[in-house]
Amino acid sequence: MSDCLILDGEAVTFQPGQTVLEVARQNGIKIPALCYHRKTGPAGRCRVCVVEVEGQAGLPTSCNLMAKDGMVVHTCTERVLEVRRSVVNLMLANGEHNCISCEQNGRCELQDAAYQLGIEIPAFTITGPKAEIDDSSEMVVLDRRKCIQCGRCIAACNNVVVNEVLGMGQRGFESKIVCDLDRPMADSTCVQCGECVQICPVGALIEKKAVGKGRSWEMDTVDTTCPYCGVGCQMTLHVDTDANRIVRVTGREVEPNDGMLCVKGRFGYEFPSSPNRLTQPLIRKNGELEPVSWEEALDFTAERIAKIVKEHGPDVFSAFGSGRITNENNYAIAKFTRAVIKTNNVDHCART
Amino acid sequence: MTNSIQELQDADLVFVIGSNMTEAHPIVSYYVKRAAKKGATVIVNDPRRTDLCRWASHYVQLASGSDIAYINGLINEIFKNGWADEEFLKEHTENPDEIRAWVQDYPVERASEICGVPVEQMKEIARLLGTSKSASVCYTLGITEHICGTDNVKTLANLQMVLGNLGKRSAGLNPLRGQNNVQGACDMGALPNVFHNYQSVTDPNAVAKMEQAWGVSGLSDRAGYKMPTMLRKARDGGTKILYCIGDNTVQSEPNIAHTIKELEALELFIVVDIFPNLTTPYAHVVFPDYSWGEEEGTFTNTERRVNRVRAALKAPGGARPSWWVLQELGKRLGFDLGFTSAKAVYEDMRRTATSYAGITYERLDVAGLQWPCPTLEHPGTRFLHKDGNFSRGKGLFSKTDWVPPAEVVDEEYPLVLSTGRRLWHYHTGTQTRNSVGLETLFPEELIEMNPADAEPLGIKSGDMVRATSRRGEVMLRAWVNERSNPGLCWMAFHFAEACGNQLTIDAFDPVTETAEYKVCAIRVEKVADAEVPMKGLCRQARP
Repeated sequence: MSDCLILDGEAVTFQPGQTVLEVARQNGIKIPALCYHRKTGPAGRCRVCVVEVEGQAGLPTSCNLMAKDGMVVHTCTERVLEVRRSVVNLMLANGEHNCISCEQNGRCELQDAAYQLGIEIPAFTITGPKAEIDDSSEMVVLDRRKCIQCGRCIAACNNVVVNEVLGMGQRGFESKIVCDLDRPMADSTCVQCGECVQICPVGALIEKKAVGKGRSWEMDTVDTTCPYCGVGCQMTLHVDTDANRIVRVTGREVEPNDGMLCVKGRFGYEFPSSPNRLTQPLIRKNGELEPVSWEEALDFTAERIAKIVKEHGPDVFSAFGSGRITNENNYAIAKFTRAVIKTNNVDHCART
Repeated sequence: MTNSIQELQDADLVFVIGSNMTEAHPIVSYYVKRAAKKGATVIVNDPRRTDLCRWASHYVQLASGSDIAYINGLINEIFKNGWADEEFLKEHTENPDEIRAWVQDYPVERASEICGVPVEQMKEIARLLGTSKSASVCYTLGITEHICGTDNVKTLANLQMVLGNLGKRSAGLNPLRGQNNVQGACDMGALPNVFHNYQSVTDPNAVAKMEQAWGVSGLSDRAGYKMPTMLRKARDGGTKILYCIGDNTVQSEPNIAHTIKELEALELFIVVDIFPNLTTPYAHVVFPDYSWGEEEGTFTNTERRVNRVRAALKAPGGARPSWWVLQELGKRLGFDLGFTSAKAVYEDMRRTATSYAGITYERLDVAGLQWPCPTLEHPGTRFLHKDGNFSRGKGLFSKTDWVPPAEVVDEEYPLVLSTGRRLWHYHTGTQTRNSVGLETLFPEELIEMNPADAEPLGIKSGDMVRATSRRGEVMLRAWVNERSNPGLCWMAFHFAEACGNQLTIDAFDPVTETAEYKVCAIRVEKVADAEVPMKGLCRQARP
């Protein structure tokens, strides 16, 4: 039998080892949590996910509060909301959060928290040291003005993809996300995998190439499989259908990659839209490859194949499938070679 | 892979050999690094000090092409100390006494002389493997791209059977397949000896089954030629037509000059691709293909997981999917292949492939599925050979003996060249070099050299050098670092302008006809001092 706790007046069951935040989310209760992420685990840093527990002093953070049998939890009392408002207000005041032009607009967890808590204008003004933007690297912009120092990117870089580049540098007001021992990202050991971008709850880490290419809600999303190595990472393409181009790529949190990608998978997506593409059939005429119609190309090829195979037998025909094309196209070339030409001379680059 | 990628993070021991996974399979390396952080023993065995060594507990720097001697030496030591899994050997293998006898030829002292690994270190690695609860072996092309590639793989299989490391979680024998769908291309029967689902073309029952399913008669029951043979036969007229889809043959086959001569001898060379490349100039016909991102279909990954690929973009007006072109050609040659959509092609395959029978597009919309998956209710198979039950019954040990590489160094060509892949690029560069920013991150090929080899030649990082083998030469800049053994140079084949395959040798494994891309002999000479400093190019070096 699973254990039971009272959540906003409702008795709900849970599995031992679950946190109050997990139990709440499982039951459709929205608790903003800016430093917690399933992949990086509880951190108890941002303090936005506080709840009230009967018989317990203070307001514990739900992301690292283990659910206990018989616990009575309130997630949206005025006392809880007041603390959350203060925390979110401080975060808003402590940075330069400008939703109008922010890439994260529409998928920002800080924006969502402020919205849920009804914060229109930050209640405080804080004058701290000027935060810097690091846009030195090819693929990632680190905009420290928008950083809420939740630590997710650091945990992800060190414990999820284990590239061990990001860390927290300096102290107090001067605290900031740094690469290696505070080097510009481009000169650091960063391999541009972009896990930090994907896991950042705000607009502090963004894809450089996507800047200004469209709002998140204007993009069509298509789930697909990465075209590079044999791992087969699952990804979502964010597509500007009108412009017929991919604007950004995010990893899907399923097997085998659990949201993680590498620099090629996350950022090597423009090649289909390259102006260098082959766009029409070509036939060699007088030594030069010349554009022809599909009819002409197909007729020419079929006639030549028929003639040569008739003269010399089917085994003078060979075909290469490919480790890069789909299963369907590999099956198609294998079936064509066997059923139409009647030879088994079909192979592909698995040997190489 | 006998096992699944995510299992690696829970392994007690990961034995990585011939795999530069942080560059070639970064996501696999993330899981291995997680295992290392949790305290797993990670042993990297490679002639190059790859980036993974930063996280590894042990690095074994073995000589290129000495794997069989090294592994047989480890197996010898494992038997000698009673670390073999005797119960597994008795219950699940056919000829344990033979392997015990065979490895007698490889006492660690002799193995050490061949592979260059100190005896004490070999003993230590054998102890770690022998006393670990379970161990996962990961390998890539560093194992297979040798004239003894097949025997290299068999030797690793022997090791894992001796240790009883098959048929359980976080263990197994795990080849990391290099390309997005190289597993699928094999599964689909783009191989000369099998139909899809590995049904032998020499088995009369399989031939009869496919004749009936496809509605044809007279299917060939003789195995076809493998790729290198197809190409070789072009020069004596045995191959007259080559139909090539998505394969930049000139740049990716070893010994470019030789490959070009073979292609030039063809009467009809048909190339289906998305970009003009080094191969298209030799074509008689070029068909513009659909690209990834424009096409519906499936890929099968290295852990046998079938995943959907979907169209997100409109293809250029003149391009057509490969299956459509084949359908049209089939029609003109008097046969309706029945290819009306990617899904129709898939369904045509699925009805005669037991491993894929339970995997439909509809089920893949929910999640990828790992074959074997024989029925629509089957959940897929995470790891093969569960509880030591092999597909053939009992596991069979194979005898393997070390042979030197096809080309060894001499006075004229005193350095070994090995080739591979870089993090920032993929294969012949057609995809990555047509994407924004990757070229900036790694803009040109560099030949990596050990300082011990570079200094006597007066070569420093950034200098222009000429690398020459018996087959060709390339001009490129040098990158002097300590990743390679002394005596070993390294470069990739991503850049048409300076491609490792100008130099590589067209010597092949006799069984698989895989080329020995990992060892050939070269010499390197300095041409000019560096004009541009090397800063910014060494991101991946991490000395």
